[in-house]
Amino acid sequence: MSKIHVTTTINGDAVEFLADPRETLLDCLRDHVGLTGTKEGCGTGDCGACSVELDGTLVCSCLVLGVEASGKSVQTIEGMATDSELHPLQRKFVEHAALQCGFCTPGILVAAKSLLDRNTSPTEEEVRYWLAGNLCRCTGYDKIIRAVMDAAAELRGEAA
Amino acid sequence: MSIKGGVHQDLIHDSAAKHVSGRAEYTDDILEPVGTLHAYLGFSTVAHGRITSIDLSAVRAAPGVVEVITADDLPGENDVSANGMHDEPLFATDEVLFWGQPLFAVVAETRDAARRAAALAEVSYDTLPHATDIAASRAAGAPLVTPPLTLKRGAVKPAMAAAPHRIKGQMEIGGQDHFYLEGQLSLAIPGEDEDVRIFCSTQHPTEVQHVVAHALGVPAHSVTVTVRRMGGGFGGKETQMNAFAVIAAVAAKRLNRPVKLRLDRDDDMSSTGKRHDFLAEYEVGFDDEGRILAVDGDFFARCGFCSDLSGPVTDRALFHADNAYFYPDVELRSHPLMTHTVSNTAFRGFGGPQGLIVAERIVEEIAYHLGRDALEVRRANFYGPGRDLTPYHQQVTDNIMAEVVDELVATSNYAARRQAVLDWNAKGGIIRKGIALTPVKFGISFTATWFNQAGALVHVYSDGSIQVNHGGTEMGQGLHTKVAQVVAEAFQVDIDRVKITATTTDKVPNTSATAASSGTDLNGMAALNACEAIKARLAAWAADKAGLPAEAVVFGTEGVSVGDKVTDWAKFIGAAYMDRVQLSATGFYKTPEIHWNRDTGQGRPFYYFAYGASVSEVSVDTLTGEYRVERTDILHDVGKSLNPAIDLGQVEGAFVQGMGWLTTEELWWDDKGRLRTHAPSTYKIPVASDIPREFNVKLASWSENREPTIKRSKAVGEPPFMLAVSVLEALNMAVASLDGYANCPKLDTPATPERVLMACEALRSAPAPAKVLEIGE
Repeated sequence: MSKIHVTTTINGDAVEFLADPRETLLDCLRDHVGLTGTKEGCGTGDCGACSVELDGTLVCSCLVLGVEASGKSVQTIEGMATDSELHPLQRKFVEHAALQCGFCTPGILVAAKSLLDRNTSPTEEEVRYWLAGNLCRCTGYDKIIRAVMDAAAELRGEAA
Repeated sequence: MSIKGGVHQDLIHDSAAKHVSGRAEYTDDILEPVGTLHAYLGFSTVAHGRITSIDLSAVRAAPGVVEVITADDLPGENDVSANGMHDEPLFATDEVLFWGQPLFAVVAETRDAARRAAALAEVSYDTLPHATDIAASRAAGAPLVTPPLTLKRGAVKPAMAAAPHRIKGQMEIGGQDHFYLEGQLSLAIPGEDEDVRIFCSTQHPTEVQHVVAHALGVPAHSVTVTVRRMGGGFGGKETQMNAFAVIAAVAAKRLNRPVKLRLDRDDDMSSTGKRHDFLAEYEVGFDDEGRILAVDGDFFARCGFCSDLSGPVTDRALFHADNAYFYPDVELRSHPLMTHTVSNTAFRGFGGPQGLIVAERIVEEIAYHLGRDALEVRRANFYGPGRDLTPYHQQVTDNIMAEVVDELVATSNYAARRQAVLDWNAKGGIIRKGIALTPVKFGISFTATWFNQAGALVHVYSDGSIQVNHGGTEMGQGLHTKVAQVVAEAFQVDIDRVKITATTTDKVPNTSATAASSGTDLNGMAALNACEAIKARLAAWAADKAGLPAEAVVFGTEGVSVGDKVTDWAKFIGAAYMDRVQLSATGFYKTPEIHWNRDTGQGRPFYYFAYGASVSEVSVDTLTGEYRVERTDILHDVGKSLNPAIDLGQVEGAFVQGMGWLTTEELWWDDKGRLRTHAPSTYKIPVASDIPREFNVKLASWSENREPTIKRSKAVGEPPFMLAVSVLEALNMAVASLDGYANCPKLDTPATPERVLMACEALRSAPAPAKVLEIGE
């Protein structure tokens, strides 16, 4: 099948790639752009490991075609930290030991950031249900919830 | 002053910064060499049958296809069995034994092309009768995949006959899919001669090496297997990666191009083994105080089509069918049943949970029968002085069960909360509550004694930096972090100087699987052994130069002191190099004192036991069966923790994974023998909104291993998984309240809302059918 030229913005950078029109955004990110931080857990939109933001909307990149990114802005885990500094969410995940194998971690961080961008002071219950679309098999989630609550407090300027 | 990152310190996972920034490299993230091809599998579509014809011409003709590989194309043996029983063909050739069994592989330019082509095979079968579950297998004559085990002490028949009370019961215990977030995959890169290098998501690189060597018909020295990290394993990558590694390697050597095979999640779930489901039939005799006098039990396991690890798994079920309780007269028998399903395999606890949960159910039955708090019955039956011999004739010498339970009873406020639950239920509402405290005692060591060995390789470079390699694999459990702490502590240097590299068979050979919770116990000791060898050489050299005895050399936080002269570590090492001191060493460890005779059912299979206890409180909607866990308190024993932050994470994660096993994770095969819960859309592992609303987890910080393990710590991987049994028995209590606790509801697992509702209905309808009518009106 002939490939389609996709022009998009990823983590603020202008990016071009050629995609088979059947390829998912996930595969395009991993195989054509070299951004392997976004993971495939199930390929059916049920595990959240491939979470990215597309024009500010949280999506499973395995359920989006690569060509749909054309003219849009994609935000992946690789864009969360600056060159010198981790995002507070990333730092809190490290501090709280809110990760083990780390495979679900990028998707959970992208999803958590999407929550905090909309709601600066979520309740614990809101965090639990917002993240209910992101599967983690290692941690049991409690440290993840603590880390998100703590990061939200820091972002609001409250002492932890 | 102490070093940064020594033992007994909270320390983050060595890859944490990479994990959160997406830079941690998993096998699928390795940059593929130019020319990499992708393999995929064709799977059977019957549970049992003879292949009458197989036409792969459409597969070969599909766009992008480079090669099709069948059993005839294998240079060596068509077998990937982990245990040398040669009962697990890579490709089915004549008889198909489960739905989803690999038949052939296709290699194409892209993964998508390979997957599309694989679906084009035309295969005809003469279908044969299949038995996919335990009942069907028993009805078909109960064929076994591996020899069964009997554990026996005393004379169970007369003891049972003489007991004042007897209960017979049975319990169905469901299986569990590992659901490692990273699925199975391998990348094979051909080399010169017969060489092939394999990057594989595996807990057992040495086994991959051996199985690939057999399939290629080459010596083990030609195959190198490497894994830096896995995206979860939980036992699912102890043997189940073998087939995929073999296919990638065979294709890579045949085509002389790199080949990757990564399974789709649905195929991964259909075609790889799971936790064994069990049916237990038990009889218990006991006295008026609830003290157990005799236990007789049969443990039937769905093993699948071949043996894999079913022998040791069903053995371990029997080893844990006592949990923390003394059975004066006992006989336990395993029945590892052959079924027409994927071959079940290792999964965190390795049969132990399925044995332990039966002990807990027996105790619950006694408590309901006598109308007592189950905790009293538990305490009455704990191992103790004069009552300390297990059904496998090992003496329990390190028992801290009562201390752990006493502390948890106090910190969880168990007694008052149980009364509050009873009071709540007495009001007779729709929402009922339950609370249960359950203990865990878990034996540590591989029961195959020879696996209890490990190797390590430590290099000190002339700039003072240290590279460590050992036989254990990292799947998120923090093994590499703990071993690095041991090394930092040994040399008294900051952990930043220590780098652990990918596990690989060409650095440390003949390794055991990272399994049985043994990773740190074995590999930490092996790494320490290597460090001690280097330190001894350094001490001898420095002492000799200074004309002092070797004891005058001390590795301290400020550097290395020789007499009263202290030298910075890097300078000291630089000088040692210039003076030609060997700065590299291998290390080795084997667990002492363990032995096991399977024929007599006697020995000391376990070096020590790990202990823990949990209290869970649940609320159940008795009109829908829905429930939630309101609060869980855990006190768990990890000896003197090497890294409390990592150990707490293991305990929390294991509990929630165990909760999933007992509540929401239901494997369901249809009448054709096809697994229908093969994706997260239908197979439900716990999510963030399912976990206890209040979750208080503590380590028993006062505990120390009585055996000289690595820094007196204890293994942590598996034991806390079984803490989740408190959730099941709390659900049981909430349901039991419907008829005033007169009957033990005997919930089978997983206790899905559907099952809980059926149990509620059974209690509501059985004693007083009229009440059902009232509800109906």
